[in-house]
Amino acid sequence: MNSAPHSPAAPVRRCDILIIGAGPAGMAAALAAAPSGAAIVLVDDNPAPGGQIWRDGPGAHLPPLARTHRERLAAAPNVRVLTGTRVVGLGGGAQPGDAPGLLLEDGERGWTQHCGRLILCTGARELLLPFPGWTLPGVTGAGGLQALIKAGLPVRGQRIVIAGTGPLLLAAAHTAREAGAQVLRIAEQAPWSQLVGFGLQLPRWPAKAVQALPLLHPALRAASHVLEATGTQQVQSVRLQRGAGEEVLACDRLACGFGLVPHTHLGQMLGCELNDRLGLAVDAVQATAVPGVFAAGECTGFGGSEKALVEGAMAGHAAVGDTTAALALAPQRARWQGFADALHHHFALSPRLRSLPRPDTLVCRCEDVRHADLSARGGWIDAKLHTRCGMGPCQGRVCGAATQFLFGWTPAPARHLLAPARVATLASCSNDESTP
Amino acid sequence: MTSSVHIHIDGQALSVPAGSSVAAALAATPTGCSRLSVSGEPRAPFCGMGICHECRVTIDGRRQLACQTVCRDGMRIDTATQRP
Repeated sequence: MNSAPHSPAAPVRRCDILIIGAGPAGMAAALAAAPSGAAIVLVDDNPAPGGQIWRDGPGAHLPPLARTHRERLAAAPNVRVLTGTRVVGLGGGAQPGDAPGLLLEDGERGWTQHCGRLILCTGARELLLPFPGWTLPGVTGAGGLQALIKAGLPVRGQRIVIAGTGPLLLAAAHTAREAGAQVLRIAEQAPWSQLVGFGLQLPRWPAKAVQALPLLHPALRAASHVLEATGTQQVQSVRLQRGAGEEVLACDRLACGFGLVPHTHLGQMLGCELNDRLGLAVDAVQATAVPGVFAAGECTGFGGSEKALVEGAMAGHAAVGDTTAALALAPQRARWQGFADALHHHFALSPRLRSLPRPDTLVCRCEDVRHADLSARGGWIDAKLHTRCGMGPCQGRVCGAATQFLFGWTPAPARHLLAPARVATLASCSNDESTP
Repeated sequence: MTSSVHIHIDGQALSVPAGSSVAAALAATPTGCSRLSVSGEPRAPFCGMGICHECRVTIDGRRQLACQTVCRDGMRIDTATQRP
């Protein structure tokens, strides 16, 4: 079926299984599919496999499970891991029966990658909501701060405030503390009643309960959210809502994350439908409605790495035709989807967060579009046409989800091209003899 | 990890721990910034994971995301933090 050369100098043009995203779901998919002998290519735009939760770097402490996954991948002769490689658009000319081709780009070159089966493990991104001062240097996402620290950002001795919602706030605080930072406050927007309700459910997933206990922090406050960051060239202080009152904290960094948004741009570009979790809709073996295309992990609806590992393994088995092995994992999938349900229920966003931006607060950071310019628009396309909102380099990945929350707009499905691409990549695509 | 790599950011020589991302290295510059926004605001790495493109800089002549690029010895990084 395939004669993929394994020379790093010549990127393969066709493989049996192409997996986009090398986080837990993508790694599990590759490892489940590998014993079949299929030629597998695993692509990720980060410098190393692991995704966000298992991100490696000088400031990272990888858990044993992450290490064993990486070692097993490295030992599989039929799995090629292409890091530093992103999907920039559609690649034409797929053979009948194949999944859609994709246009890929790494630091050196671009090429069209064809595959028999495609597994989307594109993960999730943080929901980043605008508030006055959120564009100041020193303000980051919460998971964003964690990622930067793992990648070597020095924070020793710095005063850090973390705000938003969800267990990721506690994980980010833990990473910051281990790196020597002083975490002044963790402001969780959900009320104590919801946190207690969530905590009472945790024994259903003992592994999660064990993970959660060391993360509890005396600086945690419920029913608290960011109001404003201030500073001249850099964030210098943050004003927080705390119950009925307010508090102002001087700080060096502010990290805000309001939960996770499934990364569905690529799947939607290929024609996949969305489910009620705003993730890619899949069937009992993780297949989407697009022939040959599977999806697994956070991109089907966020729920954590355990859900991602199970779904990835199911998709890997199903993609090589082993439906029985895939279906055998259904009870595990149901168990972790229960955890996802609990997350969604207990960390639902307060509508009060919609009133954080002032009229002059920028909502689109790429094109510097103010809230006042958007509040008069009728929807996402109208806003794009009149204000350039969502038309910068991030292509609406930040402001699209923000305006969905703020105004109830539905971002239009992404189209080719997905990300900024070099002209040479596009030229190589048009020269590709298999491209129509 | 004790080894370090030597890079240049806007012509200034810097030494950072091996394996650091360019985004992490930017914190060692006076402003920590990567670019000026279309209305002239200073911006710095924000999402940390290749989504927001705030950290785009020029690395050895190519525009890349600082948060998804690991520092290598001799790398030349140019921010866009000065008005033309």
